[in-house]
Amino acid sequence: SNRRRPALTAEPIPSSLDRAAVSCNALFRTAGTRLVGGKTRRDAPNTATPHKRAIRTPQSQIIINVVFVDRSGQRIPVKAKVGDNALHLAHKHGIDLEGACEASLACSTCHVYVSDAFYDKLPEPDEREEDMLDMAPLLQENSRLGCQVILTPELDGIELTLPKITRNFYVDGHKPASH
Amino acid sequence: MSAYCSRWTLRFLNRLCVSGLAKTNNKHVQHFSSQTSPSVQVCIVGSGPAGFYTAQHLLKNVINTFTQTAHLERCEFFGNVTIGSDITMEELKMAYHAVILCYGAEGSRSLGVPGEKLSGVYSAKDFVGWYNGLPANKDLNPDLSSDAVVILGQGNVALDVARILLSPVELLKKTDITQASLDSVAASKIKRVVIVGRRGPLQVACTIKELREMVNLPGTKPVLDRRDFEGIKDALKDIARPRKRLTELLMKVAMEEPSGRDAERWAAASQEWSLRFLRSPIKILPTADGKKVAGIRFAVTTLEGSGENAKAVLTGQEEEVSCGLIVSSIGYKSLPIDDGVPFDETQGVIPNDMGRVCQTPGLYCSGWVKRGPTGVIATTMNDSFETARCVLEDIDSRVLDCSMAKPGHHALRGLLEKRGVTPVSFSGWEKIDALEVTRGDEIGKPREKLLDVQEMLQLARA
Repeated sequence: SNRRRPALTAEPIPSSLDRAAVSCNALFRTAGTRLVGGKTRRDAPNTATPHKRAIRTPQSQIIINVVFVDRSGQRIPVKAKVGDNALHLAHKHGIDLEGACEASLACSTCHVYVSDAFYDKLPEPDEREEDMLDMAPLLQENSRLGCQVILTPELDGIELTLPKITRNFYVDGHKPASH
Repeated sequence: MSAYCSRWTLRFLNRLCVSGLAKTNNKHVQHFSSQTSPSVQVCIVGSGPAGFYTAQHLLKNVINTFTQTAHLERCEFFGNVTIGSDITMEELKMAYHAVILCYGAEGSRSLGVPGEKLSGVYSAKDFVGWYNGLPANKDLNPDLSSDAVVILGQGNVALDVARILLSPVELLKKTDITQASLDSVAASKIKRVVIVGRRGPLQVACTIKELREMVNLPGTKPVLDRRDFEGIKDALKDIARPRKRLTELLMKVAMEEPSGRDAERWAAASQEWSLRFLRSPIKILPTADGKKVAGIRFAVTTLEGSGENAKAVLTGQEEEVSCGLIVSSIGYKSLPIDDGVPFDETQGVIPNDMGRVCQTPGLYCSGWVKRGPTGVIATTMNDSFETARCVLEDIDSRVLDCSMAKPGHHALRGLLEKRGVTPVSFSGWEKIDALEVTRGDEIGKPREKLLDVQEMLQLARA
């Protein structure tokens, strides 16, 4: 079935990598501001209360929880660092998620389903990711490419499910007839 | 721009033999008696993505790149071994518990029209082999001096040929295209590439990423006829997402005025490519001296039925296009490997059920030889995993009898030695790989491929 996401637009959309770079810059600026005039305790949780100066962990140190659900349905909880992408995370933990093109948006082998509560917290896929998702068997409304899922603090608890492998291999879901 | 031309294949080693020991993991060992069970010997024929993904899934529980898979202790690589001349299927079946055929499609479909053999007419398989550095195609030497090229077929391979012919040299020279092809393309005079299909826009076989790359190709202008798209918009409503997005892109190019950077680029373009629909080749026309291609005659068709099953039927009208080069990109084709292996000549595949070869216990297949020469890497990956799962199921359920030990690669080595065949080991392959990368480094490319098999073999055995 067609996903409800809007179709391609005419303007070039910055890639997820560009967006990640922008958000990293933002993190550094934010961290810089917090460091001015005070210490930052590395392991301090985010405790902003009106009468205290906020002590925050630098974003790159924040650890979040991610659960992979593998093809047999087994749940594998892992810890991830903010800024990591889900494909690299999967590989670090021996999860059977293929990344044939090594995160270069040239294949769909790292296709995952994102748990509903978190799908909308991800930035929208850009045109190039949508093009590759077209090729993913068993595409669903909550499909994303793992290599484009960049982990942020608000994704703590996200679940990423690997699609089951089936017989239906044709990229748009049918068998071609001879003509 | 794709920086890899033949990234997935150990391309000079067709029909080679990757011998994988698939020792049963703990789950399977429980089914055996308390005596030590012999390890399961599996032979994989073919070292492209299908071969490697099948191997990966058999030797599971670890993430591997193809290189890592080849390095596993339980995996043994035999390059430069040809089934039929160096070893027979019968001998493989005796040495291994299971043999998995992953040898792809090394033939191509022929047009079946007069003039197909004229100079200047190439199969896409050979043309792609030429710019990708397949030793068998190194002397192709196509004449790129005419201004018009016709490509028959509208799949991703057809677009790839167009992309190589029209890409600016500054982009190509950073890829692993062979130096000889790069020089050829740089010197070419091609102004116009026409990519022709028998059916309409809703039946093009290419996919959106490749089409988009062509639409955005620097120095070029896409030319689509808006008349081909009349009535298409209504058909979009109920079609699947991939086809819908692809068609929307085609329509945008055909019917909308370009804006911004596109408009500038198209106005300044010195080369153009077009998609022409509803044209079926009936004759390739020779030059006056009868030696080379001068053009092609098409029958104009119309569609009967709709969607993927639409058929092209003749209208009686004909049309001619002049050109100096024709590349026929109408499909790869698998070839039968051995009389003992069933082969369906019509479909061009080994008859099978989920990868189990029909009526031949112990024989399996994955990849293009199993399901036909279509699909992207994810398709082959899934397909290979399916075959591997069937092999593992059969071991588990004893459909595959692994109770008797089999000699595996020891037998293979013995036979090859007797015949004076020296296989290339994976470390031999790595020496070739390393030299190609070093040579590429010197000129700013990912690699510069060796084109001579003897040179490769000498290096591998050094």
